[in-house]
Amino acid sequence: MALEVTQILLNAQSIDAATRNHAEESLKQIQEQNLPAFLLSLSAELANNNKPIESRKLAGLILKNALDAKELHRKNDLAQRWLSLDLATKTQIKTSLLQTFSSPVSDARSTAAQVIAKVAGIELPHNQWPELIGSLLSNIHQVETHVKQATLETLGYVCEEVDPQVVDQEQVNRILTAVVQGMNATETSSDVRLAATRALYNALGFAQANFTNDMERDYIMRVVCEATQSSDVKIRQAAFECLVAISSTYYEKLAPYMQDIFNITSKAVREDEEPVALQAIEFWSSICDEEIDILDDYRSEYTGDSDVPCFYFIKQALPALVPMLLETLLKQEEDQDQDEGAWNIAMAGGTCLGLVARTVGDEIVPLVMPFIEENISKPDWRGREAATYAFGSILDGPSPGKLAPIVNVALNFMLAALSRDPNNHVKDTTAWTLGRIFEFLHGAAVETSVITQENCQQILTVLLQSMKDVPNVAEKACGALYFLAQGYEDEGSVSPLTPFFQDIFQMLLFVTHREDATESNLRTSAYEALNEVVRCSNDETAPIVMQLIPVIMLELHQTVEAQKLTSDERDKQNDLQGLLCGCLQVIIQKMGSIEGSKYAFMQYADQIMDLLLKVFASRNATVHEEAMLAIGALAYTAGPNFAKYMPQFYQYLEMGLQNFEEYQICAITVGVVGDLCRALEDKILPYCDGIMTQLLKNLSSNQLHRSVKPPIFSCFGDIALAIGENFEKYLVYAMPMLQSAAELSAHAVSQDDEMLEYTNQLRNGILEAYSGILQGFKSSPKTQALVPYAAHVLQFIDTMYGGREMDDAVMKSALGVLGDLADTLGSHVGPLISQSSSSKDLIEECMVYDDPLIRESAEWAKLAINRAVSG
Amino acid sequence: MAPPPDHRRPIKRAAISDQQRRREVALRLQADRRSDAQNRARQLASSVLSLGPEPATEPEVEPEQEMSEASGQLAGRSDFDPVRAARLRGPEVRKWFARQLMLPEWMVDVPPSLDRDWYVFPRPSGKRCFVVSSNGTTISRLRNGSILHRFPSNLPNGARAKDVSGPASSYSILDCIFHEPDETYYVIDMVCWRGYSLYDCTAEFRFFWLNSKLSETGASDPPSQYHRYRFNVVQIYECNLAGLQASYSGQVPYVKDGLLFFNKHAHYQAGNTPLALVWKDNVCSQYVLDTDSKGQIPSQQQVVLELQNDGNLTTSDDPPVALGSLSRDLIAQSGLRVGNLVRVAIKDERMRLVDGKLDLGELQLVGKTNHSRAFADTYSKVLFQHAARHAPLRIEDLVASIQSNSSMDNSQALDVEMEG
Repeated sequence: MALEVTQILLNAQSIDAATRNHAEESLKQIQEQNLPAFLLSLSAELANNNKPIESRKLAGLILKNALDAKELHRKNDLAQRWLSLDLATKTQIKTSLLQTFSSPVSDARSTAAQVIAKVAGIELPHNQWPELIGSLLSNIHQVETHVKQATLETLGYVCEEVDPQVVDQEQVNRILTAVVQGMNATETSSDVRLAATRALYNALGFAQANFTNDMERDYIMRVVCEATQSSDVKIRQAAFECLVAISSTYYEKLAPYMQDIFNITSKAVREDEEPVALQAIEFWSSICDEEIDILDDYRSEYTGDSDVPCFYFIKQALPALVPMLLETLLKQEEDQDQDEGAWNIAMAGGTCLGLVARTVGDEIVPLVMPFIEENISKPDWRGREAATYAFGSILDGPSPGKLAPIVNVALNFMLAALSRDPNNHVKDTTAWTLGRIFEFLHGAAVETSVITQENCQQILTVLLQSMKDVPNVAEKACGALYFLAQGYEDEGSVSPLTPFFQDIFQMLLFVTHREDATESNLRTSAYEALNEVVRCSNDETAPIVMQLIPVIMLELHQTVEAQKLTSDERDKQNDLQGLLCGCLQVIIQKMGSIEGSKYAFMQYADQIMDLLLKVFASRNATVHEEAMLAIGALAYTAGPNFAKYMPQFYQYLEMGLQNFEEYQICAITVGVVGDLCRALEDKILPYCDGIMTQLLKNLSSNQLHRSVKPPIFSCFGDIALAIGENFEKYLVYAMPMLQSAAELSAHAVSQDDEMLEYTNQLRNGILEAYSGILQGFKSSPKTQALVPYAAHVLQFIDTMYGGREMDDAVMKSALGVLGDLADTLGSHVGPLISQSSSSKDLIEECMVYDDPLIRESAEWAKLAINRAVSG
Repeated sequence: MAPPPDHRRPIKRAAISDQQRRREVALRLQADRRSDAQNRARQLASSVLSLGPEPATEPEVEPEQEMSEASGQLAGRSDFDPVRAARLRGPEVRKWFARQLMLPEWMVDVPPSLDRDWYVFPRPSGKRCFVVSSNGTTISRLRNGSILHRFPSNLPNGARAKDVSGPASSYSILDCIFHEPDETYYVIDMVCWRGYSLYDCTAEFRFFWLNSKLSETGASDPPSQYHRYRFNVVQIYECNLAGLQASYSGQVPYVKDGLLFFNKHAHYQAGNTPLALVWKDNVCSQYVLDTDSKGQIPSQQQVVLELQNDGNLTTSDDPPVALGSLSRDLIAQSGLRVGNLVRVAIKDERMRLVDGKLDLGELQLVGKTNHSRAFADTYSKVLFQHAARHAPLRIEDLVASIQSNSSMDNSQALDVEMEG
């Protein structure tokens, strides 16, 4: 029984807020009262050609949102809800959806296509709706054009939605056949051809088997290449998008087609409209990504076994590819440097050139130098900018030895251009290029830095001067200073920056106060440069950094006190607060680490803490995170003295731990609990009941982002290490959680790298918890309380050892736990340990590992175990 | 203008924001500090036995018994908390380090089983110090806790370098002698390596570890910009006739100052220990007899002792041994305070035992010692110096002891069997 929802759906789009709210309320009520009826009404509305398109579209959208959500836990709930509906309802809804295909209204068809894909995404993995693809394709050749188009669109969405594994090869073949036929040049409707081309983009992941078959692959590739020559720009763009996707999914199959693809892409880059040309460039960027990854694998000494061989496509195409990319650099747009989101052919070309340089290294240099020499002094700014951009783009990749002589010649020219070139684009790119020079050709890791004591002063003078230039140029100058400073981070007392600290701070603070500092990200860049200069301070410059503290505190104070702001001003204020807290964090870390400055710094601790507590009054996520990080740094520096701030700070700590929505804050706060444990040791005890309760709640919640869970386990270890045997009362809660998580993670089958990485993070967290607890109880009369858990801990390690998927960090932690178990429980676990396979084999295996830390952990565990077994 | 595709970062845009970097740095520091805290707990937990106050030294007790007795007694004493010690800063660090070196007693008679249970090596002449590398720097501290050098080195985390493998704050501690002529640290013992304690390991294990680990780091490379001083290991011998001979008269690249003997089974034990011994004569050392504050060998033996509040003058042993006393008048006259180290001359050099203790009789006050001096002489040193002036223990005595040991092997083995 369908309800009449048309008017409510229309009202829900009314411009009158009251009407709108009322309608939304009604929809919510109907949904709560009778979900099946509600969904049926919506699908009927969508299928009904007599209804207005507005209500049909909204009906489809609500239907779609009733099936899928972004958050994983909600997505799962919705899927479960759909599956538990009665069969008749589901069948009727699906029938309505398929009927919508014959609608003459394209929006209705398109909406139905998306909803069908969502239903398929839920049902196909459960072996339900097996007839879907068959029924979609049964009469594909007889139907009207617009139905064909909707069908292909639906196939595309379905492929996007479901995992390739749940569709059998027979059906994949039928999908691909339909799609590729739809793309064929013989297809007269460009709507159909476009829908087919877009569908292929999503279906490529299903075509593994077809791409290993030479004939089928040739056919698909021919059709895609032909589609790039279509007269319809949208089809050409979609076809190039397919080529980009193929380049990463089927890199190793591309060799026979590369000559043709080069011709096609280079024509598109030179002659086609921008959206098409951008995709053509993207093809080459994507090939670079692949080859960089493969070559990285070749170089990494541990694995050295990349699954895919490198075909050196870029190297082979180099003599033609580089000139093509250099040409694009001359197609700049006038305002591109002011627009942060800008993306055009010149920017894509430079980005690709940079990737090519990283792929081939030294070889690119002689191919680019003539272009630079020819254009760098042209009267037209485009020539000068393009030449500089080309130079800046190739600085990452070639060896410093190859680049240093060129940079040595170019440096003075660049500095002159930055101070005197009449064009802002040229200055912008010049400052950026200087930053790249400092990033890649200067610093402790570079054998012979291009920066010397002598030219450093000249560089600084020019950079500081440019910070008074227009915002985008000043921003790049700040960025360049950042990398210049970074190169001196490890320098200690001999840093050439030392004499200029005062001037640098003065200029950067001036920049942060510029009226136009919010343009081009200028203020952020200035604070980032400031942070970096602070990071490379030393005994000698610490007093100058110390003078910065009251200045930053005053600014932060002003933002805290600011009243009655508009929402725009409030946003800017939040940004500024975040930057100031970040700056304080860096200063605290640095001053705390310099022995001579720590004492002087601590006199500001009360005031800083006071300010940070006020900052927590702000509801902005970034600010909270930054303030929390600053507090973590302060706690570490203050040590046990931090205890006096705890009574006021505790409520914010608890708030942070409860913040599931902005889970990064929750994660950072969990980390800060660790900092507090190490700072306060047993003085954290009064707060542990609250903290542990919250952490245990977080672990049992399915709403908290999973990435926060491993750090929570590690945090158990931090707490136990700090409060020792007082952790006893939490054992009864914490241990079962650890055990069940251990069981899950030990047996986890990891389908992909991401899952494997997460599993290992979880294992590491669990092991760190065990280590902390065992060490905390060491030499306590309550050690006995841990004995019952020993068998499980050993079993956990044994299972992981058997599973062979531990990464190095997990291995090291596992060895640590073995040692701690023996060290703390001694003869109580001697026999257990002797029986454990991992205690012997894992340790023996790790004794001959390459990584010295693992080797030493193994030697350590062996020592501790020998003592336990013999004693 | 359309934005770039999601996964494609325009080359002119920064790879990561400083905020992201701050976040990553904070997380990395937290992880490092956690692993630090855990390692420290591991290392300190295992060194509680050896880090406590110096054990009582009773020369007549057999070495093996001494060790077990010392361990048993230390566990209960708590006037020094090693867990806190790891967090000390500034002057407290000095005090802490001042108490961490293992100090050999002077060999006044030859321990039994010298050839079976002991190592020997020629001691380099120079400044005894603790070398600690961590957090990208290396610091050497003298016996009184003051800093000798702060420098970059190839020791683990001993210099700021990009390629550190592991937490930068995990530390390594070496027991060294800094030899001025070739500006080299001669490593005579290894106490901690990459955060792992070797305190409770036997000397046998420590020397093995020292030899295998140090060579892996490049610490023995010639000095360079990021490796200011070279670290060399000294050649250590089994204390049989050949080893003793090699140590005594063999060529070494450094100036010799006597011989050091280490008991193979002894753990690294802070403070004075009879399980490490020093011996010298004029052949293997330029400095057999103590000099006075002017660097001259005085005609009468001089001794540095600590003034206690009852007027007694005591050695630096634990517990201190009183060797004489000063009258209240003299103390008042010379402006001395309790705890001062004073140099006294022994007027009558005939040895006397009073109630089982050495009594030096009337002592003549020479003066206060200079400030860098941290400790009074030990009982064994007073005895050795006295013997050196009157009836020294000679190399021949050591040789004879080894020879008689090897001839007695059979009878000793029999003894052990019968006892068991």
